[in-house]
This record gives sequence, C-alpha cells and structure tokens, in this order.
Amino acid sequence: MYKFLLCWRYLRTRYIALASIISVMLGVATMIVVNSVMSGFVTEMHNRLHGILSDVVVESWSINGFADAEAHMEKIRQVAGDSIESMTPTVEVWAMLSYGRGNQTISVPVRLIGIDPATQGRVSDFAKYLQHPANRRQPSFQLRQGGYDVRDHQAGLGAVERPQMAKAGWPHRREWARRWAQAEAARRVREQLERQRRPKPEDHRPDVFADDRPTEPEVVFDPAEHCWDGAVIGFALASSPDEEGHPRFRLMPGDDIQLATLSASPRKPELVARDFTVTDLYESKMSEYDGQLVFVPIDVLQDMRGMKDPESGKRFVNQIQIKLKPGVDGREVRDRLRAAFSPHYYSVSTWQDKQGPLLSAVHMEIMILNILLFLIIAVAGFGILAIFLMIVVEKTRDIGILKSLGASRGGIMGIFLGYGFSLGLVGSGIGLALGLVFVHNINDIAKWLGKITGQPIFDPKIYYFYTIPTIVDPWTITWIVLGALAIAVLSSILPALRAALLHPVEALRYE
Amino acid sequence: MNRHTAPGDSQDDARASQPSPLLRTFVEQAPSPPDAARAGVDRALVSVIEPYRVDPPHTRSEILRATGLRKSFRKGPVVVPVLRGVDLTVRQGEFLAVVGQSGSGKSTLLHLLGTLDAPDEGEIHFEDRRIDNLASPQRDVLRNKRFGMIFQFYHLLPEFNVLENVLAPLMIAQSVPGYLFRRRRYRRRAAEILKILGLDHRLKHRPRELSGGEMQRTAIARALVTRPDLLLADEPTGNLDYETGREILEVLCRLNRQQNLTIVMVTHDQGIAQQADRVVRLVDGRVQSA
Repeated sequence: MYKFLLCWRYLRTRYIALASIISVMLGVATMIVVNSVMSGFVTEMHNRLHGILSDVVVESWSINGFADAEAHMEKIRQVAGDSIESMTPTVEVWAMLSYGRGNQTISVPVRLIGIDPATQGRVSDFAKYLQHPANRRQPSFQLRQGGYDVRDHQAGLGAVERPQMAKAGWPHRREWARRWAQAEAARRVREQLERQRRPKPEDHRPDVFADDRPTEPEVVFDPAEHCWDGAVIGFALASSPDEEGHPRFRLMPGDDIQLATLSASPRKPELVARDFTVTDLYESKMSEYDGQLVFVPIDVLQDMRGMKDPESGKRFVNQIQIKLKPGVDGREVRDRLRAAFSPHYYSVSTWQDKQGPLLSAVHMEIMILNILLFLIIAVAGFGILAIFLMIVVEKTRDIGILKSLGASRGGIMGIFLGYGFSLGLVGSGIGLALGLVFVHNINDIAKWLGKITGQPIFDPKIYYFYTIPTIVDPWTITWIVLGALAIAVLSSILPALRAALLHPVEALRYE
Repeated sequence: MNRHTAPGDSQDDARASQPSPLLRTFVEQAPSPPDAARAGVDRALVSVIEPYRVDPPHTRSEILRATGLRKSFRKGPVVVPVLRGVDLTVRQGEFLAVVGQSGSGKSTLLHLLGTLDAPDEGEIHFEDRRIDNLASPQRDVLRNKRFGMIFQFYHLLPEFNVLENVLAPLMIAQSVPGYLFRRRRYRRRAAEILKILGLDHRLKHRPRELSGGEMQRTAIARALVTRPDLLLADEPTGNLDYETGREILEVLCRLNRQQNLTIVMVTHDQGIAQQADRVVRLVDGRVQSA
C-alpha cells in the first residue's frame, strides 16, 4: 500500500519527472501518428493496387498469348472453380500512343490492354476509376454525349474542380472537328492561291499515273459525326496537374489518338497502327498506372495485332484475370493453378506477387521508421534512468526509514518500479491522446503547417490523394503503449535495485 | 442494526471503537481537557498515576540478550572498532538506558539490536531466538511487527502526513487488499494513539509543518501503532529543547509503566538516563553497569 501511496506522492511532487513523462509522451505520440499515416498509405495503396489488378492472373510468357480463352477458362474452372467468382480474358502489350498537338505529334510509350468491357468490371475496380457515371456502372467504349464528372468523384469534399470536363465527349469532339474543318478549309484555300500564283512547271505535264477521280466526295469519315474505336486512357497520360493541382488536359474524351504496336506474327513482327477515340479517362491515383495504361476493346486489339488462328479462327489472349470469392486465399489458388498449367508456357501469380517489391519496400520503410522512433522512446528511457538515480539519491533517507520500519527489499524496489511504470503510464496515456487527436485532425494540421511554412506539407500533385489517409490500428497502438511501458519499467530497474540494496544504517545516516 | 455497517464488520467496529488494551489505561485515567491535550502530553497525569508494577524488573523473564557483540567500521584503509564485546540483557517490561559519549557506539549497538545491521561477532537473542543471523525478510518482519524504533532526527517520511506516517508500518505489514480491508480500523487505531499523544489536531499536517516535539511524538505513535514488544529509542530527546525533551521522556516512562512496554534507550545525557529503571554505560566499546 505504501508503495502506491509513495508512487503517487512522488508523481505529484517531483516535477523533474515531468521531463521524462514528456519525452515518453512525445515518443508515443510520434509513433502513433507515423504508424497511422503509414498504414493509411499502405492500405490506400493496397486497395488501389488490388483494385487495378485482379486477384490471380494466368498469363502466357509470350505476349502473343494462347489460343482459345474459353477452353482455358474452362480448365481454370475445373481446377479451382469453387473459389472463383469471375474471370475475364485480356491482351496486354506495349504500344506507342501518339496524338497531334498543334503542329507536332506527341508520342509516349504505354501499356495497351485489350479488355472485355462486359466482364472487366467484375474482376477488378476498373469501372470505379472512370470519369463518366454511366461508365462506372457498366464500362463501355462508346463516346458519351456529355455528363462526365466535373469534380473528382473519389476525392470527396474539397475535390478539385475540373470545369473543362463539362464539355468532354461529343460536344468537345464537334467543337474540335469544326475548328479542324475550318483550318483545313483555310489551308486548302491557301494552297490553291499558292498554286495559282506560282504554277509549277511539272503541273503542265499530265501525270499519266495520277488518279484523276475527284477525291473530295470520298471523305466518309467526318470527325463531327463519326469516331473511331473507343479507348480509355490513363488520367496522367491525358493531363498533368498545374501549380494548384488543377489538371491541365492534353487529351479529353472526344479526342483522337493513334496507337501503334507490333503484330503478333511470331517470325516477323510488323508495326501496326490504328486510330482510336478517347472515350473516358482512367484515374486510379497510382501514377504508375495512370501514366501508362490504355484500355481498348479486346477484339479490336486482337484484330489489330492479328491474334487469330488462321485455321480454326480461334482468337488469342495472353492473360486471364481471375477474381476470387471473398475470403479465399489467393496463394492457395495460385499454387493449384500452377500445378495445372505448364510453367513453360504459363505464369500464374497473385496480385501481391505482381506488386511484391513495392509492397515489401513499403513494409521495410515502416519497419525502419518504427525502429528509429522506438529509439526515441528508448532515449526517454535513459532519461527516466538518470532522473530516477537522482531521486533515489535524494530519497536515500526515506528508503532507510522504510527499511527500519520493516519494508522489504522487494517493497523498496516496488516503489521505484511502480514509479517508473506510472511515469510510463502517464506519459504514454497523454501521448496516446495527443497522437490520436493529431491523427484525427492531421489534414487541418498539415494545411495549417503549410500555411505557416509557406510550403505545402502534403502535396496532392505527388501523391494523387487529396487528403492524408490515416488508419488507427488498435493493435499497433497497444504494442506502442506496451513498449513504452516496458521501456519505462526496464529503465527504472537499475535505480530500483540501487534503492533496494542500500544499507539501512547508511541510508538513515545519509544527510 | 446500523445499515451503514456490514454485518461482518460490526464486531471489529465494536472492538475498534473501544480503546485498544494497550492504551485503555491512558484513556480511562486521563480525561484530559481539550486545551491540555492540545498543549501536549498531560503532564499532571504522570504524577497522578502511581507506578504500577507486577513484580520487580530483575525477576522478570529476559526478552533480549546480546553476548559478545563486536562491530568495527572501515574508514578507508583504517579499521575502527566500535563495539568490542558488548554483553547486554534486557528483561520484559524494563526501561533500560544506555549512556555513552558521542562516538562510543551506542547508536551502532541500537542498530544491531534492531537488526538494521549485523554484528561482526557475537549473538543477539530475542525471546530465546537468535535474530542477528536471520535472513533479510525475517528481519524485516521482526522490525515491522515486534520492534518499534524512534530516532534522534525523527525520520518521518516528508511525503506523508502525520496520520499516514503513523500508518506506514501497518501499510508495510499488510498486502494492499489486506490493508484496504482493515483501513478503517487502522485509521482509528492510529488516530487514537495520536490523540493520546496530543496530536489529534495535526493529523493532516506534513512533518515539515510540525515542531520538533510534535515530530518526535508522531514518530513514537508510528513506533507504537504495531503494538511492539520492544521499543528502541536512539537519542529521542537529542534534538529537542529541555522542556520538550522532558515531555517525550515522560511519554516513554508512562508507556513503560502503564503498558509494561520494554524500552531500550540510548542517550549521551546522564540526566535523561536517570529516568530509566536501569542505566548501563558504554565505554570503550564495552558495557559497564552504572
């Protein structure tokens, strides 16, 4: 009883112990904040990665793929049908995306993915990241009349406005076509005038090979009325954010692009190119994907690359995306499929396998951060040690008195261990509250700090998130608090031992 | 039945509401007026009560016996012998004073008797049990339950108030639930002793707010609260002025006479020692009967 009473009195009267309380508090608060933010990021990243990728992918090593997706899907169903929710075949190749901008053409490398719009939405969150509400319900490659989102539907309140998207779709295309037609007409007039002013000598000789049929009426493709096959391109391919984070669009739904890739001929691949019309933008907020992915209908891509068996007419695909039923272990299904499909031709992987290096890098970061931050608390532990040694010296006579009254060594030790424990408890308690309050208001605090320092703490340009994602994991917090308590108790062991082993007579004589 | 009292407690409460046997004589025979109590110990009391003795001290049984106690201290390379073979016998109910010059080793002797320190040679027997070689936990129990100690510098805990200081030995003796269960009774016991010692208006005061006499009376209350068999007093008046010293000494005398409490007191003051039943002198680390 006297232990608790003395602990409590020491806690209330020794203000020097506040120093160690504060250091424990800061350590615990920092750890909670950092862990919450990190796990928020990881979870957000997990969700996005998982949303982009399907649970399990069966793919061929060759980009030219394998024939007859249906037969393969049937085989997959036989092997692991009970765990599978849905499947869809895809074709994925590297390609070059080109589009005109003023007088020049811009070309960028992309990952071109042929998907089945009817089933793609069932295996991944593909649809969720599109900009047209109707496309989010059922993805399609038809250019819409309008109605694209003018604000980021994923950002919630405070989303950045995108007023340009108001006329995306056909209105944008007609506007663009009208201007193009005007420019074209003007160019033709200019050419004609040029020709009349300085007729070239060759023009006098009739060209016997010339096709003298009139070409003008043959123009059947009018951009104001027609469009090419649809393509969904990544948001970062189509735009880049300006200083305030508003997107500046280079391409919008309604624009035409050209996609070039190699034909599937195994011996002598040739360049094949086709025109497409952008019908929607894909915004997963993962820059790696938003800056690389272009989706087109799978049959268009198959035709373009000649992925068709000339004899049977069966089409080729190179991936089958599988979505598992909830709660099914992806690795177990992967292993079953690996056994069923020859590793010489097929690679079977879960989404975690595909993003393994990234995920493990982030986990390593968290681990290292935690170790470093825990060292802060360990430093606080040394503070407790030093302060306690001082207090033991200061309280030497009290210790002698207690011993003369019959207090045991264990009891004396208990006083100081209990004192350390209560310092840890108070420190980590306040730190816990502080950390939770900080995490809860982290976006306001970041904004405020940004205002004070004049430099944005959290820049959506870099992260593609509008707010700092945080997740407070009760287990992590429990471990942090227990760790802080353990350090506080451990660092009071030495002073407590010293107090317990004091000789009562010498302690009583101590002045 | 009183609805505020649990049935199990009623017996305890009834007993506790009565003054403890140790102090009953004090209360019954000393209906001291409030102002007199506040002034300290009722001095008239001592003269009123005739010394009450069962039988002469030398015929009573031994309670404490020390034989051939030697103790030396090391000061750097020099070994300083303090006790060179002390033989001492204390009888039940005796008030023994040990007189010696300062540095004669009388405090050391008291520490040895109180098991705060161990002798280099010799033996100490308490109620025919050897105690100088006991293991530390057993010595702790002995100090806590059988011995009471008071010191020249009072040695109160500055973080505790008067009542808590007096309760400290009981807190040490009991486990937390055990103490909490008996808390009321203990508080009553402590308050009762403090009242008799004239400190009932000081219960919530911290030691630094008390006078020297009050602090020493608090220390006496603390020593008595466990109802010890032996009181060891180390210069209990050494730090007090003459008047206050007399008061403290009278308290000790009364405790000895009325409660038959065995007291061993060390002092350098011949005059104070005269109050005791028997005085021994500590010279050159040996005991001489005075």
